[in-house]
Amino acid sequence: MNWLGHLIILPILLPFVTAAALIPIDERRRILKGSLSFGATLVLLLTGTALMIASATAQDNGSLVYQLGNWAAPYGIVLVVDRLSAMMITLTTLMALCAQMFSMARWHKAGPHFHTLFQFMLVGVNGAFLTGDLFNLFVFFEIMLAASYGLMLHGSGPVRVKAGLHYIAINLAASSLFLIGVSLIYGASGTLNMADLALRIPDLSAENRMLLEAGAAVLGVAFLVKAGMWPLGFWLPQAYSAATPPVAAMFAILTKVGVYILLRLSLLLFGNEAGTSAGFGQGVLLYGGLLTVTFGTIGVMASQAMGRLASYYVLISSGSLMAAIGLGITGVIPGTLFYLISSTLGICAFFLLIDLVERARDAGADVLAVTMEAYGDGDDDEAEKEVGAAVPGTMAVLGICFVACTMLMAGLPPLSGFVAKFAILHGLFASLGENAPITAAQWTFVALLILSGLAALIALNRVGIRTFWNSIEGTVPRVRLIEITPVLVLLAACGFLTLQSGHALRYLQDTATALSQPQIYIGSVRDAVPVVSHGGS
Amino acid sequence: MELVLSAGIGVFAGSGIWLLFRPRTYQVVVGLALLSYAVNLFIFGMGRLRLNAPPVLEKGVAGGFLTHTDPLPQALVLTAIVIGFAMTALFLVVLLASRGFTGNDHVDGREER
Repeated sequence: MNWLGHLIILPILLPFVTAAALIPIDERRRILKGSLSFGATLVLLLTGTALMIASATAQDNGSLVYQLGNWAAPYGIVLVVDRLSAMMITLTTLMALCAQMFSMARWHKAGPHFHTLFQFMLVGVNGAFLTGDLFNLFVFFEIMLAASYGLMLHGSGPVRVKAGLHYIAINLAASSLFLIGVSLIYGASGTLNMADLALRIPDLSAENRMLLEAGAAVLGVAFLVKAGMWPLGFWLPQAYSAATPPVAAMFAILTKVGVYILLRLSLLLFGNEAGTSAGFGQGVLLYGGLLTVTFGTIGVMASQAMGRLASYYVLISSGSLMAAIGLGITGVIPGTLFYLISSTLGICAFFLLIDLVERARDAGADVLAVTMEAYGDGDDDEAEKEVGAAVPGTMAVLGICFVACTMLMAGLPPLSGFVAKFAILHGLFASLGENAPITAAQWTFVALLILSGLAALIALNRVGIRTFWNSIEGTVPRVRLIEITPVLVLLAACGFLTLQSGHALRYLQDTATALSQPQIYIGSVRDAVPVVSHGGS
Repeated sequence: MELVLSAGIGVFAGSGIWLLFRPRTYQVVVGLALLSYAVNLFIFGMGRLRLNAPPVLEKGVAGGFLTHTDPLPQALVLTAIVIGFAMTALFLVVLLASRGFTGNDHVDGREER
């Protein structure tokens, strides 16, 4: 196996080693910790890009398979990289890089072991994207969640602890559901390997099929909790708006982990070849997604604080994705994935921007004061010193960033939010053909996709006018260069995505084609052979 | 035996869910712990119930589902127990922090009026 083959495990191994190495370093040497962590994430970003290229140029359109411990597929655990997982890893690490850079200005001081927890969360998220085994997925999910509990509580304070308590309780209950689902699937099919499972589903007997579908449904509920589907997502706005800004920005990817797994499993296990189970759960995804978008839209309109607005927008974003997956039309998938990237980057940038904008107001300062209080006064002097090197014309830069975020989130041209929605709608109508009737649910989807953008536009306009034009205090927030750079990088990534949308959509088109042919994935996993050792015995 | 196991799972899960909806944080912790017991037993049940059958092969003895029990669910249960235990410990810490901040043990941080 060449070096490229071993690259597949790097997105799990590197953050793992980095996180462990950061623990013994003294808490006061934050710059060192932050730089180490930042460097590791930078390497990960390059790895993710390399994996994207490798998966796009793989032989016969297949997936790259890494056999852990050199055990062949149904017995050993495999990591699988295809275009989708490589893309998700790149997206995650890009966001992580920006959130980390942002945190190094001040937020990583608000509590111990910030960078360690951050790297552990990357282990979990990357692992969830890579793994080809259901139980292994549970383990990575738990790593991700355990780290996210720590990050949620980062900064402490009554509000965060209360929101964290609810967040942890909900996710622990969801983990129980995850386990029940996984064990039901194992009991019915006798395998936990995703590819093997997809092979066995068409031939299941009727009573085992019933058990398996029950298991898949219970498992699905666990992911829908994570993705924030309507009756299961009430915890989300509370938790996301209470978290510290870099953490909230990173949490934007956590809902997408749920969406990713739903997309992966529904297309792999319940694709066209799954016999009578084909299309299982699509109705739930579609209608649940539509309800989530509705709830998110109302929430966005009703929010006063920007943090809550952004949290409700997270619901709109994941609701639209779920509904688009639930449509069950291959032509919609490229646009959906484009929307996933664009909206996640937009939310990430917006969460970071909120902190900068709200600094001019007293509310933000209060939270920070509480944070500093909780962790002693030792940091005060340091904080004073670091406020320097402010960006000139701060308000102008912040305003332009705010407008760009608004265009992204509302889906206005010319930024990528518009391209994404256009691609979804175009995919939907183009796939229906000439005289095929459009169902009521599809019309509702189209209407909600556009209306949710309008609601976001109205709400963001209202907040923007209040903050930028109608500010009573008139104080200009002091913003450091390493705080505004991440926001600019994220927005530039969206801009790049817009300019290169032809290339991006072609990549995503290939992704969708590969996803709609599960036999490619299955074949890659099944045909992967263990490495023969050279020398030795 | 099937009856005992299923009744056990049912009682654990039922009490766990009931406690999960109680207003005191300690009740929620105990509820989550009971729920994880129920889940662990359930995973065991999914490996099919067998008495007096070893999960590990011995040297020179051919393995099979007639003489051996399925080792996989046992491995899964072990992992689930470890993870569940760690999460309960973590939740306990958050509970104490919440108690320290709010001065009471209500899940919302304040008593209902």
